[in-house]
Amino acid sequence: MNRPIVLAARGLKKSYHKDRIDVPVLRGVDVKVQQGLVTALVGRSGSGKSTLMHLLATLDRPDEGEVRFQGRRIDNASRATRDRYRNRDLGIIFQFYHLLPELTAIENVLAPAMIGQSVWSYFASRRENRCRAEAMLDRVGLLHRSSHRPCEMSGGEMQRVAIARALMTDPKLLLADEPTGNLDTETGQEILRLLNELNENDGLTILMITHDDEIAASADVCWRMQDGLIQSQDAEERRRPVRARRSSPETDPASPIGTNAA
Amino acid sequence: MYRWLLCFRYLKTRYIALASIISVTLGVATLIVVNSVMSGFAAEMHERLHGLASDIMIECHATGGMPDPEAHLREIERICGADIVGASVSVNVPGMLGIEYNGQQLGRHVSLIGLDPKTYDRVSDFGKYLLHPENQKNASFQLRDDGYAPGRQELEQSGWEHRRRRVAHDRAMAKEREMMEELRRKASGQSAKPAAEAIADQSNDAAAAPSMGGVFSEELLEGSEGELPAEVDPMTEQFPGIILGISTCSVRSRNADGEVVDFYYAQPGDDVRMIFPNASTDTKVINQKFTVVDLYESGMSEYDSTFAFVRLDQLQEFRGMVDPATGVRSVTTIQLKLAEGADLNAVRDALRRRFPPDMYAYNIQTWRDLQGPLLSAVRLETTILNILLFLIIAVAGFGILATFFMIVVEKTRDIGTLKALGASGRGVMSIFLSYGLLLGFVGSGAGLIGGLLFVDNINSIAGLVESATGQEVFDPTVYYFTEIPTIVHPFTLVWVMLGAVGIAVLASVLPAMRAARMHPVQALRFE
Repeated sequence: MNRPIVLAARGLKKSYHKDRIDVPVLRGVDVKVQQGLVTALVGRSGSGKSTLMHLLATLDRPDEGEVRFQGRRIDNASRATRDRYRNRDLGIIFQFYHLLPELTAIENVLAPAMIGQSVWSYFASRRENRCRAEAMLDRVGLLHRSSHRPCEMSGGEMQRVAIARALMTDPKLLLADEPTGNLDTETGQEILRLLNELNENDGLTILMITHDDEIAASADVCWRMQDGLIQSQDAEERRRPVRARRSSPETDPASPIGTNAA
Repeated sequence: MYRWLLCFRYLKTRYIALASIISVTLGVATLIVVNSVMSGFAAEMHERLHGLASDIMIECHATGGMPDPEAHLREIERICGADIVGASVSVNVPGMLGIEYNGQQLGRHVSLIGLDPKTYDRVSDFGKYLLHPENQKNASFQLRDDGYAPGRQELEQSGWEHRRRRVAHDRAMAKEREMMEELRRKASGQSAKPAAEAIADQSNDAAAAPSMGGVFSEELLEGSEGELPAEVDPMTEQFPGIILGISTCSVRSRNADGEVVDFYYAQPGDDVRMIFPNASTDTKVINQKFTVVDLYESGMSEYDSTFAFVRLDQLQEFRGMVDPATGVRSVTTIQLKLAEGADLNAVRDALRRRFPPDMYAYNIQTWRDLQGPLLSAVRLETTILNILLFLIIAVAGFGILATFFMIVVEKTRDIGTLKALGASGRGVMSIFLSYGLLLGFVGSGAGLIGGLLFVDNINSIAGLVESATGQEVFDPTVYYFTEIPTIVHPFTLVWVMLGAVGIAVLASVLPAMRAARMHPVQALRFE
């Protein structure tokens, strides 16, 4: 099946400078995120997967190469365009949730709308915004905690609020940076189930970074990353019922994680 | 939108920032209090300075003064008539005041002023500062029965009552002295003849006693007592009236209990002696008795300790300022009152052009010129205080700067999050700028309220401090105000508020810029 490409990167190179020595992190990465699929990006710490995500989210700029969102190049677009891209087209969730501690759950969910709209337009549509925020909180099952602060919530709840926040602006793509990395297995499973539901029911495109092979195995597409390069791109499209069952990961002799997980 | 929400939340949760704004609050409160008190003092002083000094004064340096003031006034009217609403003439002459007290003569140098009772109130507030309530409305140079300074114990009996008792006492004393003298003489067996002369001298002196003739040589002295009824009966009659500045005839001190006491060497009803030069080129000294009819208390120690007022026509006659041939009188000073809003300096300059100093020995000044050093000293003091206090707020600004840098570092992850959610650098910057603005408003608003409350209750606060420390905040032996005068200018409030808020915003610019420039990836990784 030929799905449209939401986000594509070509020849991405990025290196950091440390004590006048260039430390290459990405050494020419080509990826394509297909619409409606869950894509997993696995790799060890330091393999460059977070950097890749930052480049895809235009939080950082590549040294070389380009990032295209729905065919338009965005890595070198203007600041305002990139801000708008992150605000409207992307939803991002992080390992450490990154909720704003001063705001309540519902305000955290509303934050992208507040950021994306001017004071006047926000006020003009504040009822709709609020309805949508409540719907999103309801979606993640936390409507009853809408007036709680992040410090009053558990990790799983915070991550669910973060998901609701990411969904607030109805993004085309959800970037998830180790969304279960900081949670116990059970809570992590809940979060994954929620993400899968979003993918199945709403067709949300998800790009998920993880170092858990089991999670990677349940994804539609799995990229393995090592030493700044995509080592194997499991481009074979797994159908959803299959994905849920399949427990043995795509074994890659080059990847030590692959052997661990088995 | 989010920036306001966030900075309101920061305001509510970051108490450290509120602590940093306290210095702004204190600075603003102090500025408001100081400015109010200073302008209260300045206004009080202006009022008093201006109260006696008319708008424009034309002083003639010649001892004989300027003849024919009516002609002068007509000329002045012609030059700048539109601006002038009142004019009065007076004679100012240096003099020496002699107060007889306990058989001793107390001398004070004073500035003797002959006032025109009909026109003085057109140019100054002279009457307002007299003690007798009737005289405040309409100054009279006649001694009144009683009712001087209601509420002042020391002056309770001033007036005719005091005078009669005093005279009776003096007479009894004189009689006693006479008896003693006689006894002494009898004892020493001297002839009675010179003694009788001596007694006659003394009884004569009851009217004009005791002469200071010894001080000046006889040729210098031109006794003008002859012009008066020599047989003045002090029981029922008075000498020409004189109004003394209160400090010329009294001292203010504290008794053992620390209370302020005034002691009067002379009070309304007493006779005093005035010694002053006459107007002729061959200067003679005039020695004239006056009866104190009231006291003048303006609260300006300079005025209260140097001025003595008598009637213009009497002073002119005493000094020989009336041309015997034509009856034209001379004066030394012309005082002008200008219309509200008239340009003092313009009128002064016009008059100076008309009466140039190389032709006329006139000194034409506005009241501001007269009090220039004092007024400019007060202005300078206010300016310096303002600068110093604003420096305090500026120091507070650095406190805000440091606190804000801390907050920005503490909020690094949140800044990263906001940028990941699509907030622009400018948006992040405006969070911290609005935070500074809000803090500035809160701080200076609290300072404003505190300062205004302080100013409103400044006198009871001064009382509290007094009772707590035993130290008098506002020493009535130094100041004549019983209350601290304050004036709150809304303009000053606005200015102080704007300054303080401006400093708070300025102090948040650097931290806000740092926040705006923060790299989102590094900020997100920040632990």
